[in-house]
Amino acid sequence: MAGINQKNIRNFCIIAHIDHGKSTLADRIIEKTGLLTSREMQEQVLDNMDLERERGITIKSQAVRTIYRASNGEEYILNLIDTPGHVDFNYEVSRALAACDGAVLVVDAAQGIEAQTLANVYLALDHDLEVFPVINKIDLPSAEPERVKEEIEDVIGLEAHDAPLISAKNGINIEEVLEQIVTKIPAPGGSPDNPLQALIFDSLYDPYKGVIVFFRVMEGRVRKGTKVKMMATGASFETVEVGYFGAGQFIPCEELSAGMVGYLTASIKNVKDTRVGDTVTDADRPCSQPLPGYKKVNPMVYCGMYPADGAKYPDLRDALEKLQLNDASLFYEPETSIALGFGFRCGFLGLLHLEIIQERLEREYNLDLVTTAPGVVYRVHKTNGEMIELTNPSNLPDPSVIDYMEEPIVSAEIMVTTEFIGSIMELCQERRGRYLGMEYMEETRALLKYELPLNEIIYDFFDALKSRSRGYASFDYEMKGYERSELVKLDILINREEVDALSFIVHKDSAYDRGRKMCEKLKDEIPRHLFEIPIQAAVGGKIIARETVKAMRKDVLAKCYGGDITRKKKLLEKQKEGKKRMRQIGNVEIPQKAFMSVLKLDDTR
Amino acid sequence: MSKEILNPAAGVKRPLGIYLHIPFCRQKCLYCDFLSAPARETVIERYVDALCAQIDREAAGYRDFCVRTVFIGGGTPSLLSTEQIRRIMELLCTHFKLEKDAEITMESNPGTLDYDRLCGYRRAGINRLSMGLQSAQDKELKALGRIHDYNTFLKNYEAARAAGFDNINVDLMSALPGQTLEGWLDTLRKVAELTPEHISAYSLIIEEGTPFYERYGEEKPGPWPPLPTEEEDRLMYERTEQLLKEYGYHRYEISNYAKPGRECLHNVGYWERTDYVGFGLGSASLVNDVRWKMTDNLSEFLRIFLEEDETDGKEEIWHLNGAEQMEEFMFLGLRLTQGISLRNFREQFKTGITDVYGTVLRRLEEEGLILFYEDGKRMKLTPKGVDLSNYVLAQFLLEE
Repeated sequence: MAGINQKNIRNFCIIAHIDHGKSTLADRIIEKTGLLTSREMQEQVLDNMDLERERGITIKSQAVRTIYRASNGEEYILNLIDTPGHVDFNYEVSRALAACDGAVLVVDAAQGIEAQTLANVYLALDHDLEVFPVINKIDLPSAEPERVKEEIEDVIGLEAHDAPLISAKNGINIEEVLEQIVTKIPAPGGSPDNPLQALIFDSLYDPYKGVIVFFRVMEGRVRKGTKVKMMATGASFETVEVGYFGAGQFIPCEELSAGMVGYLTASIKNVKDTRVGDTVTDADRPCSQPLPGYKKVNPMVYCGMYPADGAKYPDLRDALEKLQLNDASLFYEPETSIALGFGFRCGFLGLLHLEIIQERLEREYNLDLVTTAPGVVYRVHKTNGEMIELTNPSNLPDPSVIDYMEEPIVSAEIMVTTEFIGSIMELCQERRGRYLGMEYMEETRALLKYELPLNEIIYDFFDALKSRSRGYASFDYEMKGYERSELVKLDILINREEVDALSFIVHKDSAYDRGRKMCEKLKDEIPRHLFEIPIQAAVGGKIIARETVKAMRKDVLAKCYGGDITRKKKLLEKQKEGKKRMRQIGNVEIPQKAFMSVLKLDDTR
Repeated sequence: MSKEILNPAAGVKRPLGIYLHIPFCRQKCLYCDFLSAPARETVIERYVDALCAQIDREAAGYRDFCVRTVFIGGGTPSLLSTEQIRRIMELLCTHFKLEKDAEITMESNPGTLDYDRLCGYRRAGINRLSMGLQSAQDKELKALGRIHDYNTFLKNYEAARAAGFDNINVDLMSALPGQTLEGWLDTLRKVAELTPEHISAYSLIIEEGTPFYERYGEEKPGPWPPLPTEEEDRLMYERTEQLLKEYGYHRYEISNYAKPGRECLHNVGYWERTDYVGFGLGSASLVNDVRWKMTDNLSEFLRIFLEEDETDGKEEIWHLNGAEQMEEFMFLGLRLTQGISLRNFREQFKTGITDVYGTVLRRLEEEGLILFYEDGKRMKLTPKGVDLSNYVLAQFLLEE
């Protein structure tokens, strides 16, 4: 590390819409520079979690440091910081950007600019990053690089005439990208002699080293022995190790100074002590101000998670604890349900976050879960002036003490091809959207701007969007704030018993429709019993929808001869098997998946 | 000391059923998933050779048994000539000890019979004839892909009587495509009026792999007659017992009705877990609490028995453990209207039924699905339990 001039450091990230080739380009950059040979590459090296590889998305941000010998003969340190590409993880993207000085914008030569391309570029420009475009997938027959260059210049206003035309998949023209990284992205500022000021953009929990803090040094220096202080929490620690990142490896070094990106360990036990966005400074010589932009990330979506087998409650608790070690944005606290017993109310950044955590709990920790319908946080203003943030619909106070309620609203941008504008506008209207405006990107594409209630989009809005636009629409959103709304609690009664785990908050105008759909869905999910089962939706005690599961009256195997005995037994076994994934609510057995499946309510066309 | 103890072989022999499978049919019916297919005469002849070779080879293992019932099933056993049937019967009599009045059944398709054949079968020793009619409505028969019409059946039924068969069963099916409740009741009446000794009434099941599954399995509407609704199906099934009772038929098993004393002993054997050995392609056996079946690959079967192969063709050999025997005792025994005997359970398994199934029995009784009778000595399904027998029987499976 010694001998590298601050002027030869480049801290950058790659930003792109999903699937435009961000990770593949990252792989090629690592390959082409001095770190790993092509044979040592695993596909998409930066995504070192299996789940991520399966879904092809990056969840945790990570960083890689490589050495590039440019055409001018000089050696440069390239610090590539990987960013999550999904709308759920906006805050993490933002922090990763704050650690960079520039961004490489990757645009698919066939798809062109999409909703998240824009969202990410705006975010990067907001952080004063130097952004330059790269056109990827030029090997595709449908590639139109010239058109896309024009789009970039017209829509975003970035210079694109000399944008490298590449194929990350086939390794074409990657050198050009590297050259432009060196020439277009500025060297980092800051002085190693100033008081230490470093921005945390990520962290990782290691059972041996404790929390590993990833940061960008803005000013000053840090080394082993430095007493560091986290400015948001005030906690201090003695640095045990500092270093930088190889691909998937931590490489210790003596010192990190202004302009550098690296990590430190300090026997920190709790990831909560190291918040993404926080400033690290020297406890003995602190800087005067923390870096701007630190904010506490709040979960947007909540649900209840219960172990299918009550005896496994401690296992679920332990698993959540472990997951939270590496995911400070995961929230959980114990709760109980009359229907489901003891469990947890969990908070997530969004539905994708929820699904990922759920999958990890089921896969890595082998837990059989019952998950209740995800909901957002409502604000309940009581008549006595008190305001409650409601995360569990069952806790809604009696209507007589409620003055009014508020729900979270987001501003969304939806990119869609013009033939589907009508269909998408209809969808947004159905979801109580407020139309803000529309911009034509080119002749065939438009950007629709809507404000939408968060609770209308967290379930299947994305799927509905895709299906109504035949897959061509994309969308991005951010929290706008809370607005007053006429909300009611929808209760579900099965066999005349209220099932608290199925209750949820809904706008009064949607109550009937939602209630009816839920009853229909449950009717399909609940198997027939020996008695008739009424399924009802109610608001404030008044039944607004009803379905009935007919009683089973005939279930006979007529023909059974000698050869059939083993087959007969298999049939009977199958009948019994069906019982395993059931939840007993009163007299009725409800399949576990019924609790979540009632969410898929959109009639996809 | 009595002779029995000194010489156990000379004592009372255990009862055995023999099943023989004839896997050939003129044409496959659209609903059928049994092991059968059309075949040329030469193949059938070779098969009979192989079947006889199997009997030759294996009969020695059954010296301790006395054959109480023989059942020749298929496919269409009546595709065999009288000579072929005679040959098989002779072999059986040579190798096995048959009871004096052993019940010897042969299944037949009314479209493959005539008076001469029937005489021949009777002479060969067949004393019970099962006729697969399925329905008395020609339209329904056509929809099933059957090769005969009602008149052909009628003619051959008369012929069977004339040939000396005094124990006849007719197979019928409800819930057929295009069938109405009236149509079903009409079929029942027509057949009951002919006074066969035994009637089997099954409900059509749409089986995977059959042409009917292509049509009805996926619920695709098409140019074919629809299946009756769930309610019609249930009504047909419900009214059967009532109607047949009027004609003197007593329901002794879920799907089987007989004049007094004319129950099918071979089938009762299945439900009471009497030992039985199967000969022929895909046939099943249960001997000394071991179940197995013969290969269902025809070339394999022919090769093993015609070419003196070392292998025995047995597959899926399963040694039933105590729990499995108990399960079978319950889910097979309860198919009989008279149900099961608690004492038999205790004698066989050396433990009381309530020790094993206490909770299940209580619950089923509460739900009105089973009842105890004869002073608590026997237990059977209630009419409601019969309707939901799949559910009830599944409760007797024991956890692993």
